[in-house]
Amino acid sequence: MENLSVLTHLDYTLMIVAIGAALLGTVSGALGTYAVLRRQSLLGDAISHAALPGIAIAFLLTGSKTPLILVLGAAIAGWLGTLLILSIVRLTRIKYDSALAIVLSTFFGFGLVLHTLIQRTGNANQAGLDTFLFGQAATILERDVLTIGLLGGVALIIMLVFWKELKLLVFDEGFAASIGFPTRALDILLTSLLVIAIVLGLQAVGAVLMSAMLVAPAVAARQWTNRLRLMVFLAACFGAFAGVIGTIISSTASRIPTGPTIVLCATVVVGISIAFAPNRGLVWERIRHQRNRRSLKTATDRLLK
Amino acid sequence: MQPSEPKAIEVTDLTVAYQDKPVLWDIDLDVPPGVLLSIVGPNGAGKTTLIKAILGLVRPAAGNVLIYDKPYDAQRRIVGYVPQRGSVDWDFPTNVLDVVMMGRYGALGWVRRPGKKEHELAMQALEKVGMEAYTTRQISQLSGGQQQRVFLARALVQDATVYLMDEPFQGVDATTERAIVTLLQEFRANGKTVVVVHHDLQTVTDYFDWVMLLNIRRIASGPVDETFTPDNLRETYGGRIAFMK
Repeated sequence: MENLSVLTHLDYTLMIVAIGAALLGTVSGALGTYAVLRRQSLLGDAISHAALPGIAIAFLLTGSKTPLILVLGAAIAGWLGTLLILSIVRLTRIKYDSALAIVLSTFFGFGLVLHTLIQRTGNANQAGLDTFLFGQAATILERDVLTIGLLGGVALIIMLVFWKELKLLVFDEGFAASIGFPTRALDILLTSLLVIAIVLGLQAVGAVLMSAMLVAPAVAARQWTNRLRLMVFLAACFGAFAGVIGTIISSTASRIPTGPTIVLCATVVVGISIAFAPNRGLVWERIRHQRNRRSLKTATDRLLK
Repeated sequence: MQPSEPKAIEVTDLTVAYQDKPVLWDIDLDVPPGVLLSIVGPNGAGKTTLIKAILGLVRPAAGNVLIYDKPYDAQRRIVGYVPQRGSVDWDFPTNVLDVVMMGRYGALGWVRRPGKKEHELAMQALEKVGMEAYTTRQISQLSGGQQQRVFLARALVQDATVYLMDEPFQGVDATTERAIVTLLQEFRANGKTVVVVHHDLQTVTDYFDWVMLLNIRRIASGPVDETFTPDNLRETYGGRIAFMK
């Protein structure tokens, strides 16, 4: 009964927060599928860390905490970080993973310095900027949900419109280029969609753990299906599920940051999927293995008789 | 060769370099229509790079490529490409039919999805390579040879005039090898031009009528019986080869 009373207390604020979390879980889950299939899971991490100084600079320049402005700042910084990584790889002999690490830590460090400076100034308006580190879903307001819904919706629509082109890009980039699709432009498009998904989640989940929202739902979804369409759909569902459950837990218990809670929920989904999914799951594999061994044994026994 | 005779592929003075290191140096190659040409040479000779340069996938430092007298961009509808099997992730969540239909994406253009016609073409192509029983099979569950045949079927639905294939015989079973050879002969019978990166010197004479010997530079190219000589091979492989015959 105690638990039920908590549920009936799903008041308006919590509902807004849950809707926001569901939306961003859907967007990041669906788009994260492409990052995982392209083996770019860590790119998401770099983008989310690189976005942090963008938020601070956007605030310093405008003095405003309007979500759209902060998201724009984050997106630009995330984009610059990505471009920098790609340029380092192209122009120097530094490898992809090192370039990623360099950009990620430099941008993130710069972001932390800026945030500390902003806090020192004692600007009364600054409160809440630090939620971008670990996420605080409780700070999500109606206008934030609107921003997430609008931008996330646009990103998902673009993904659906260019479904065939993006699928081909991820599966066989060389072939895509040979039949005339501009793979560089498609690459930029896909990365931009990822940037959108990431910056939308920064407020609720935080820069440190946002990449988990891209990767975890997709990894879990891959376990259950061999079809891209279903994988994107399942990843979106898992993302929404983890988002809602995580925010509700973190909002009801006081002072638990939302990012880690959501990520833990997503991890549970991943764990269950890796263990129990048919065909790809570990348990299933074990059973099949033993069944094979048994039938092999009876067959050889019969032969030896 | 008379200058008026059309050339399916004409490569002139092609040089490709990665960083400062040349991987292809001043390549000239004329491929007349309707021949099966194999490109052979040691590892690192630039065979794959040459194919990619013809397809415009790598930017040459110098030189020029023409397909039937026009640049590749104007001719991509008549060029089919079979990349190396190992160049893609076969654990990608999709099935055989879907991969084959990708061969129609170029003709479909932006945004339009494959429909009934594409489905039919894909089925016909799969029948040709003996894979019609595998249409709904997840691609990770295919053997290497079956993967290769799926890639060939994808090239078939492109319905091209000029085909470029990167190591289609690499690591395939006997059934697949026969299927590829049959397909190549059918291509030749229909007047199509096929360029194949090849590694098995023993089958060059049986499968192909033209050969190009490549080791960063072009050592020789022409009809197999004139070009595929011990001297040329020695020059290509630098004495690291034991000769039969």
